[in-house]
Amino acid sequence: MNKQSPECCGGGETKEQQLLAWIQAHREEKGLALPALQKAQELYGYLPVEAQRIVARALDKPLTEIYGIATFYSQFSLVPKGRNCISVCLGTACYVKGGGRIYELLQQKLGIAGGGCTEDGRFSLDACRCLGCCGMAPVIMINDDVYGNLTGDELDAILSKYE
Amino acid sequence: MDQFALETVDMIGLKINNVACRAPAGSTILEAARAAGIAIPTLCFLKDINEIGACRLCVVEVKGAKNLVTACVFPIAEGMEVFTNTEKVQAARRTNLKLILSIHNQECLVCSRSGNCELQKLCREYGVDNRMAFEGEKNHYELDTSTVHMVRDNSKCILCRRCVATCNIVQGIGAIGVSERGFSTHVGCSFDASLEQSACINCGQCIVSCPTGALHEKDDTDKVWAAIGDPTKHVIVQTAPSVRATLGEAFGLPVGTNVEKKMAAALRRLGFDGVYDTDFAADMTIMEEATEFLERVKTGGTLPLITSCCPGWVKFCETFFPEFIPNLSSCKSPQQMFGALAKTYYAERTGKKAEEIFCVSVMPCTAKKFEIGRPGEFAAGPEMPDVDVALTTRELTHMIQRAGLLFDKLPDEPFDPAMGVASGAAHIFGATGGVMEAALRTAAETLTGKELANPEFSAVRGTAGIKEAEYTIGERKVRVCVASGTANAAKVLQAVKRGEKEYDFIEIMACPGGCVNGGGQPVQHADVRNFTDLQALRAAALYNEDAGMKLRKSHENPLVQQVYAEFLQAPGSHKAHEILHTGYEQRIKEF
Repeated sequence: MNKQSPECCGGGETKEQQLLAWIQAHREEKGLALPALQKAQELYGYLPVEAQRIVARALDKPLTEIYGIATFYSQFSLVPKGRNCISVCLGTACYVKGGGRIYELLQQKLGIAGGGCTEDGRFSLDACRCLGCCGMAPVIMINDDVYGNLTGDELDAILSKYE
Repeated sequence: MDQFALETVDMIGLKINNVACRAPAGSTILEAARAAGIAIPTLCFLKDINEIGACRLCVVEVKGAKNLVTACVFPIAEGMEVFTNTEKVQAARRTNLKLILSIHNQECLVCSRSGNCELQKLCREYGVDNRMAFEGEKNHYELDTSTVHMVRDNSKCILCRRCVATCNIVQGIGAIGVSERGFSTHVGCSFDASLEQSACINCGQCIVSCPTGALHEKDDTDKVWAAIGDPTKHVIVQTAPSVRATLGEAFGLPVGTNVEKKMAAALRRLGFDGVYDTDFAADMTIMEEATEFLERVKTGGTLPLITSCCPGWVKFCETFFPEFIPNLSSCKSPQQMFGALAKTYYAERTGKKAEEIFCVSVMPCTAKKFEIGRPGEFAAGPEMPDVDVALTTRELTHMIQRAGLLFDKLPDEPFDPAMGVASGAAHIFGATGGVMEAALRTAAETLTGKELANPEFSAVRGTAGIKEAEYTIGERKVRVCVASGTANAAKVLQAVKRGEKEYDFIEIMACPGGCVNGGGQPVQHADVRNFTDLQALRAAALYNEDAGMKLRKSHENPLVQQVYAEFLQAPGSHKAHEILHTGYEQRIKEF
């Protein structure tokens, strides 16, 4: 198990306790599997097998059903995410303006493939479809920060802002 | 309102292919057409189990509808005009078949389902003349051969989800599910674990629900041919109660034909040295189990007693309800009792060494392949399994076909007498409720010492998933329950756990309807399953045989009496426990 860091686990509760408390509080709602997995991903950063087992057990559903949902929606990740999540837009406008080249450059600089996470856990990298600011294409997002009009030369400076 | 009025209120008028017809309100187009004598092709539809309208083979034209509709889930309406067979419909079905073929492993010549494949049949019927109409990317999947009983070959999977629905809904297990999406969609265990790592109970219900060759049992017939060809082996075969009720289907006989005597003739001609009946061992099981039940009642032992004949159920109990392990009867299953007696009692009587005897069983079941390897099933010694090879009814079919035996031309022959005498009580083991009825016949007469006026306990008969009854045996009320299909078993056990139900004796079979509907039985296409009560027809063959017999109670079987007199002393004796009883272990389900 991962060590629990105090900032992610309010009140000294483990992630498991928080997840179970959330499920308990929403018990009566229909179609709880999907929001429960969203909560699990929020707590764990991704959906490790333990988290999916907790959801399956709490909802009395087979693990295959939970895993089916977790692998169906691209929102969910089964691999750990970095402390900083980079999303590279490959929507039409960004793609035309060189988004693909930015994506390749980031893969080279970080030494990981798309969908992966650096060994030190600092960055994870994913492609996405349209961040809603096509006027600034090509665009990337790191956590909640948006960077637009990229040429590739500024990437080192941008990455250096994140620990 | 009188009954006639009720009926007319509930009927709806429509036209199918320009012919007026009526069907009950709430029917689907598929059902209404069927009643009007028109079969609409389906691939994904399994009634009450998988009604998802996904394969789009059942598309039909409905006048006024914008697009073709899926007949399997589309309800009929007053005045509806349906066309099931127009050029547009045929073209759509043909295109859908070609799309399925574009990623289908077409090794049809050597496929286990060749000749009995629903996809193959439809391709022929719809004149699919270009199997590679849509060339493109292919998926690559490893075979899952991890379990002892079956193989999953996803290269032949058409994603109909019949197996997934069966595992989840009928069996309540969910060992398999659908993972990922789009082109990557595939059926398997969570985290792509192997079936061996999952909670699979080996029941094989997924196999009999598969329309193609994606799922099939592991073929063990080569081991049997090799043993038959080995002059140092004395190869004997036992056949389970339900196999005689289904084997005929594989040779074109109507569902529910009892082929016991032709089956015995076929086995003899395959070269087995002894052709015996598991039913003899079923009678032994009843002797031991009825004794165990009466003993538990008398001494205040753990009740309810739950039957242990079904290895799928036993594994289900060990995995999902380990708290009920003390309730499981310690009796081995009839298959195992037969093997154990073959390598001890029979060996002694025939002057053979246990290691010379090669015991083959023919079972309606894939879980029997798992059972033969369980610890505690080696009565004659550590290297000598009670049963060497467990075949399914389907594997026996292949052996008979390969040997060129014309099944319907075979003479009627009996089993060999040494281990081939059985009572009617043993025959009905193959249907849900049969073990309970057989046990009650013997328990009642043993306890009261009086002959039953009527040996039929009809309340535990029938194909309902859960049946309850109360009988007075001697002074005591005995509350019994019979469940088949593990989802039903779970319901019963939950109710017992919550204290809502109290029983003294429970019979559980993993397959819905019991062994007649087992995972090793001949595969009937969905268009038969959806419109025929296979379970009832097959079970009737066994109940009819029982009804026509003089010998209807296990304890009256002269062979059983002989085995106790010559070898085991008495039911429940120390020696009987050593040879005929076993143990269980809790299992952890990882995936």
